Amino acid sequence: MSYLARRLLTFPLVMLGASILVFVAIRLVPGDAITAMLGTEAGLLTPAQRAALAAYFGIDKPILVQYWSWLLGVFQGDLGISVIHGKPALTIILERFPLTLQLALMSMCVALLVGLPAGVFAATRNEKMSDLAVRVFAMIGQSTPNFVVGLLIIYALSAGFGILPTMGEFTPLFTDPLRNLGQMILPSITLGFAFAASVTRISRSAMLDVLSDDYVRTARSKGVPKRSVIWRHALPNALIPVVTLSGVEFGYLLGGAVLVEQIYALPGLGRLVLEAILQRDYALVQGCVLFIAFNFMVVNLLVDLAYVTLDPRIRLGESN
Amino acid sequence: MGRHLSTKLLSGLALAVAVGATAIASPAFAASLKMAWKQDATGLDPHKQTAFSSIRLLELIYEPLVRFDKDLQIVPAVAASWEFAPDAKQLTFKLNPNAKFQDGKAVTAADVKASFERVLDEKTAAAARANYLSIASIETPDDKTVVFKLSQPDVPLLAAMASINAAIVPAAEITAGTIGTKALGSGPFKLDKWEPNSKETLSTNKDWAGGKVAIDGIDISVLPDETAILAALRTKQVDFALINDPLVATLVPKEASLVLNRTPVLAYHVLQMNPSRKPMDNLAVRQAISCAIDRKDVLDTASVGEGKVTGPLTMPGYTSDASALFCYKQDIAKAKKLMADAGFANGFSATVIAANGEPATAAAEAQVLQSQLAEIGVKLNIKMMELNVYVDAWLKGDFDMAVALNGGRADPYPMYNRYWTKTGNLQKVANYIDDTLDSLMQKGRVETDPAKRKVIFADFEKHLVEVSPWVWLYTSYSYTAQQKNVQGFVPTPEGSLFGLSKVTLQ
Repeated sequence: MSYLARRLLTFPLVMLGASILVFVAIRLVPGDAITAMLGTEAGLLTPAQRAALAAYFGIDKPILVQYWSWLLGVFQGDLGISVIHGKPALTIILERFPLTLQLALMSMCVALLVGLPAGVFAATRNEKMSDLAVRVFAMIGQSTPNFVVGLLIIYALSAGFGILPTMGEFTPLFTDPLRNLGQMILPSITLGFAFAASVTRISRSAMLDVLSDDYVRTARSKGVPKRSVIWRHALPNALIPVVTLSGVEFGYLLGGAVLVEQIYALPGLGRLVLEAILQRDYALVQGCVLFIAFNFMVVNLLVDLAYVTLDPRIRLGESN
Repeated sequence: MGRHLSTKLLSGLALAVAVGATAIASPAFAASLKMAWKQDATGLDPHKQTAFSSIRLLELIYEPLVRFDKDLQIVPAVAASWEFAPDAKQLTFKLNPNAKFQDGKAVTAADVKASFERVLDEKTAAAARANYLSIASIETPDDKTVVFKLSQPDVPLLAAMASINAAIVPAAEITAGTIGTKALGSGPFKLDKWEPNSKETLSTNKDWAGGKVAIDGIDISVLPDETAILAALRTKQVDFALINDPLVATLVPKEASLVLNRTPVLAYHVLQMNPSRKPMDNLAVRQAISCAIDRKDVLDTASVGEGKVTGPLTMPGYTSDASALFCYKQDIAKAKKLMADAGFANGFSATVIAANGEPATAAAEAQVLQSQLAEIGVKLNIKMMELNVYVDAWLKGDFDMAVALNGGRADPYPMYNRYWTKTGNLQKVANYIDDTLDSLMQKGRVETDPAKRKVIFADFEKHLVEVSPWVWLYTSYSYTAQQKNVQGFVPTPEGSLFGLSKVTLQ
């Protein structure tokens, strides 16, 4: 059986595992949809009132029965109805996903456009002052939480220049591209900042390894121009760890970037999951987790396939 | 080098243009008020929603029979006038003849009857039902008159009716089962669009019986970070905003173009002890803890002084001089003596629970209390919890001590009946039964003379502080911030946004 087919077969198993985990975990946490809605006022309910609400939220039946009926729905493409939104969970997720995908792609671009050249530059200037400067910058980037970067950007722009991207009402890319980019560029920079630092560090160390390889020395001794040695001979071979890192990071980003979405008030998947958990919107939490798990697996598969393209020596699925 | 510099300049310019373009694209002053808040409503059923954020939205759309004004006096809403029978066992309302729902239909006595029957029906699961249990029957002699017959005298009932949890909804919508999915009230604004946790669009109800509304509507954005709300105010993206965090609120007056409204609220910050657990079952231990706490210090440290030290009664008309209450001046020597008398000269350990970010000052309050109680040998372990987990533990009474922000009411009876009467719904949370408190509460419930009620509840407060099941700390402020061109907003101690119906944009 081909590698791809075998990998695709694991998808349902992983998703089933993720669904069981989240189904049980969200119900094990103290507090339920009733206390989430009413807070301490839930204490004023009579047993009959509580039973009526439990039936409304669908939490009156044993957990196994609840899981089974949810799973049957999933097989029919029904992830359940969100009680907060009053809409099917899948509809809401698909409404939010384009933003999350765009944010992930844009911050990835920021990270790679900044991180890769910086890493290569530092590697070619190994142990010189400029290398040190890049490393210090990367260290700062990696150790600064992105909400701090976000808040600093917002403060600097609003207090210093009196400008701020429009918040609260998100404009999709295809509705008004300019307005959309105005809203997305700062969150992308905020999110891409720390990631750029990781890319810088990993591409620097990978480049250092490659630059000391025999074939690079041979190329140099043959008189290949320095620029060509670095960009054509060395870099492609140094990309494998960068692709691995980017793949993992991209997978995470597709699950939503909670803090950055909160700060810039972007209605992405991260905020959706957070609100669903806080308000104990079970159908929405389960739907989101399933969707995120699926994305993560797809990205991982694509990363594996990218290895083959980057390094023809790699044969997926073969023991030797 | 030259190329690098121009690339940088170009990219910088592109960023500035992109960000600037969106900023310019939204004009600062439109006929609709642009508003921001951190927390969105969680539902649209006025009878079921108890979250502060939901109430704030729903009171713009729905109306109860009566409402509170800024001095917590009861004023007309759907009802034009009302009268208690001398024995306080019958309450009659005359409805405003002009009151209409947003679909143009008149508000009738039948709607009022159907609304209260819905609240009282256990299947509705209205948490506020507990406040209206004295209603035995509802009569509607004509279209504009409603008579509530009560099973027992219940003076605080009128104040309890001034709540959006007793909103008048159309009887037809109850029958159709659309309450909660469709918002149709008689209030100053109509809900045109709601995207949960993102935004609401409200337009003005031209038929509102309460008068003309000067703005065209309200566009509400949910901005989950209050620093971002401040930035949006600063850049005039937002005309009006709700602010919860006192630290952010104190930054507003530093902006020349903004105005901060600061209003004392009824909700109180409190250290709840659990008198069913040892050693908090010991009166002397509880009193020692009360004496060891410097309430002003808690307020200053945890809430940057934004508030006022309070006793249990936080409502205007009932508040007393807090400094005259038992041990409201920190007295460590007395506290140590009380601990020694109780057999705890070496102190004890206890766990205090608090909710993350609810209120924003919870963790800081717990830390200040921890350091203050350490002085008398009480070792407090702080356990921070996610709000829903905290609520679960709180409702079960599963804590030694709890830092809490509890809601206030305009009348002492509905505010404390739940905790300090023998049949109170939250008696299990308070875990403290006291005959004196119970009997004073019952007296306050039936007494119709305001002056006599005041004396009864003053005695109640004095006794409650002395027996110290809880240590009342302070009341804080509710904050709204607005651009200077927004005028006419009147805040209330309930934190109501109903005042937006009187706002003008200059």
